[in-house]
Amino acid sequence: MISIENLDVRFGHGTAEVHAVRDVSFEVARGEVYGLVGESGSGKSTVLRAIARLTPGWTGAIRVDGEAIGHRRDRKAARKMQMVFQDPYGSLHPRHTIDDILSEPMEIHNLGDRTRRIRGALEDVGLGPELRFRYPHQISGGQRQRVAIARALILEPEVLLLDEPTSALDVSVQAEILNLLKRLQRERGLTYLTVSHNLAVVAHLCKRVAVMNRGRIVEELTVEQLRAGAARQDYTRQLIAASAGFDREFARSLVTFE
Amino acid sequence: MSVAAERPGGIRGWLLSPSPGSRRQARCQRAYIGWIAFRANPIAMTGLIIIASLVLMAIFAPLLTGSDGLQPELENRLQPASAAHWFGTDQLGRDIYDRIVWGSRITLYIVGLVSIIVVPIGMAIGVVAGYFGGWVDNVLMRITDIFLAFPRLILALALVAALGAGIENAVLAIALTTWSPYARIARAEVLTIRKSDFILAAQAQGASNFRILRRHVAPLCLASVIVRLTLDMAGIILTAAGLGFLGLGAQPPTPEWGAMISNGRQLLLDQWWVPTVPGIAIFVVSLGFCLLGDGLRDVLDPKNSGG
Amino acid sequence: MSALLKVEDLHVSFATPRGVVEAVRGVSFELGRERLGIVGESGSGKSQTGRALLRLSARNGRIDAKRLEFDGVDLLKASERDMRKIRGARISMIMQDPRYSLNPVMTIGDQIAEAFLIHVDAPKREARARTLAMLETVQIREPEKVYDLYPHEVSGGMGQRVMIAMMLIPSPDLIIADEPTSALDVTVQMQVLSLLDDMVRERGMGLILISHDLNLVASFCDRVLVMYGGRVMEVLEAGKLHEARHPYTQGLLNCAPELDRPKDMLPVLTRDPAWLDE
Repeated sequence: MISIENLDVRFGHGTAEVHAVRDVSFEVARGEVYGLVGESGSGKSTVLRAIARLTPGWTGAIRVDGEAIGHRRDRKAARKMQMVFQDPYGSLHPRHTIDDILSEPMEIHNLGDRTRRIRGALEDVGLGPELRFRYPHQISGGQRQRVAIARALILEPEVLLLDEPTSALDVSVQAEILNLLKRLQRERGLTYLTVSHNLAVVAHLCKRVAVMNRGRIVEELTVEQLRAGAARQDYTRQLIAASAGFDREFARSLVTFE
Repeated sequence: MSVAAERPGGIRGWLLSPSPGSRRQARCQRAYIGWIAFRANPIAMTGLIIIASLVLMAIFAPLLTGSDGLQPELENRLQPASAAHWFGTDQLGRDIYDRIVWGSRITLYIVGLVSIIVVPIGMAIGVVAGYFGGWVDNVLMRITDIFLAFPRLILALALVAALGAGIENAVLAIALTTWSPYARIARAEVLTIRKSDFILAAQAQGASNFRILRRHVAPLCLASVIVRLTLDMAGIILTAAGLGFLGLGAQPPTPEWGAMISNGRQLLLDQWWVPTVPGIAIFVVSLGFCLLGDGLRDVLDPKNSGG
Repeated sequence: MSALLKVEDLHVSFATPRGVVEAVRGVSFELGRERLGIVGESGSGKSQTGRALLRLSARNGRIDAKRLEFDGVDLLKASERDMRKIRGARISMIMQDPRYSLNPVMTIGDQIAEAFLIHVDAPKREARARTLAMLETVQIREPEKVYDLYPHEVSGGMGQRVMIAMMLIPSPDLIIADEPTSALDVTVQMQVLSLLDDMVRERGMGLILISHDLNLVASFCDRVLVMYGGRVMEVLEAGKLHEARHPYTQGLLNCAPELDRPKDMLPVLTRDPAWLDE
């Protein structure tokens, strides 16, 4: 469903140039849930944004459902693929009601029957119809993220790009959102590409995981390998150990990987 | 439901209901909550009352006055304030109170016309420059800088001198010298929201740039532009009065306040009321706009109210 | 060992246009020279508890307690002037995001030196020497070079270390760290925590670590207070996390995805209003 070949992304010019993504290739099958894990600056979000056509200036090839993705925004690709952002406080327009927010994609793509679709979308993500005309600041963080998911799904895309979908939320709310994402994926056979710094979240959602560091994919492994501690690279092993909690001896042994 | 029964009913209940049932109700609710915040601010309310009085005065001018303030009555020249002439009369015997009331229309006309020209131009240039960045930004902002670099009154003087005296030309001159700060404000506002996730979300949905500017970016800049405009009103009125004073704005016998001061300036020592009363009118209205602008800033600024 | 800090029945409430909101409702604990964790979700009152200890609640806030005592000083009765002497010099606070807590137009070294000079009357040369030594303590490799950098020129992890250096230089007795590592990568998080750990061990300070991450706090602290709705639900000893009795703590532990124990769907945390009345 998604195929990335030799993706390279650079920002800036001359001495200020940042080589954010270096020669990244991977494939995601239809209906598969795939995760990119890494620390900040690893380039994982940049990959996602290049696929969503939000980052210009990349080289390589990105294909979604067999069709090459260009550098410009186009409406056809938008219907096939939607994105959920990390911060539900920042991804909803502060002056638009939930109704406005959910209507917007339908207005862009000239879809009719909006009232029915909005009611359905709210129901799908477990929100009551009484929230429809509220503003984002009148609902909780978890409800906002549900609205963001409803907005992404209202165009009935086949691919969802999830950029740290739960890292701004409390653990209990995170559990609800992860369950929702899992249920929607199963019911609709969606393809997910998830980016996160949290190994446990990625392992919970995904089947296969690519670990990124400094713009490169360090290694690709299945969730079973990840859980069994079968990582081949030292970087991955260190990341796994650091996620397990604080350990004095371990903290002293940390190394930086170039 | 017992919970619903505890809430105030009627229009207030509708305005404060936590689950609005339509877009219109949601918008009214937001306006109402803004109004509650505005009402709690006594300085802003003072400003609002002054400006509201000005508007009412302009609308009901025929009912509030005994004459149109244009006809000379030379037998009544330079009368001091009395029951018949509340603010006295000028050198042509015209009632100053009547002229002030009719002059409020001219003041509002100037202010309104300037806003209609300045806000769209400033917003359009600022929003486009801020959103697209790069060379578009450079070109548009250098043009803005050129207009910013001219002293306002001098540029207005030059324009009026070239176009000829009169209210419309004065308005045009003021508008041309006023729009540039609005472009700067709108651009600054866009720069802070350009990289927001909700703009990226709209892009990911396939929205065109024009749509993003119109639906997502411009509404967020409007608040600071309106606040700035209200605060600028005082300056606009003073510039208009200045042009009137120099004889380049409204022409006699139009009761424009600046021109009234100008005509009465030789009388300041002996018949002080002739230039002083329009001066006070200008002062009060300018003050009213400033206070109103201050209050609006507290209510409208998204950075203060948290959305 | 006598307690450094004694808190009994602490209440923090805020007057808002919609009425009084109680953020902290009857929190009690004692702290020695140890690492205490306060864990809770947003709105649990954990941060407000930390701020109340320094009387840094927002202006519309009101702090009440039966007892709020730091090393024999009654913090409730202390004058604003006395509080200023305590803040920084004896109790320091480390905030979540160093970028907002550091002055952007002052070099890192000057900021740390100033933090020292505010509390200690010493010549500038000594302040500089102390600052360089402190930068070294927080494991910054080239202190001379970093001294002259501005906050935006360093990474998040280094910024947080700079903050810690700034908070440690007056040698406080108690550090309150409010989500000191939430903005950082896991590995950097470990390094910062290990630094705090060293400080507690070597200097005999007390540390209050406020966080939303129960697992992390439990692996780091000697004791953990679990807060919900402004109240303490449960106090846990280190390493006995899985003996948690309270349904809220158990719920929090269960609803987090874990690497080594796969679950198909995560159990959803149900909250019992009765927890707030106990």
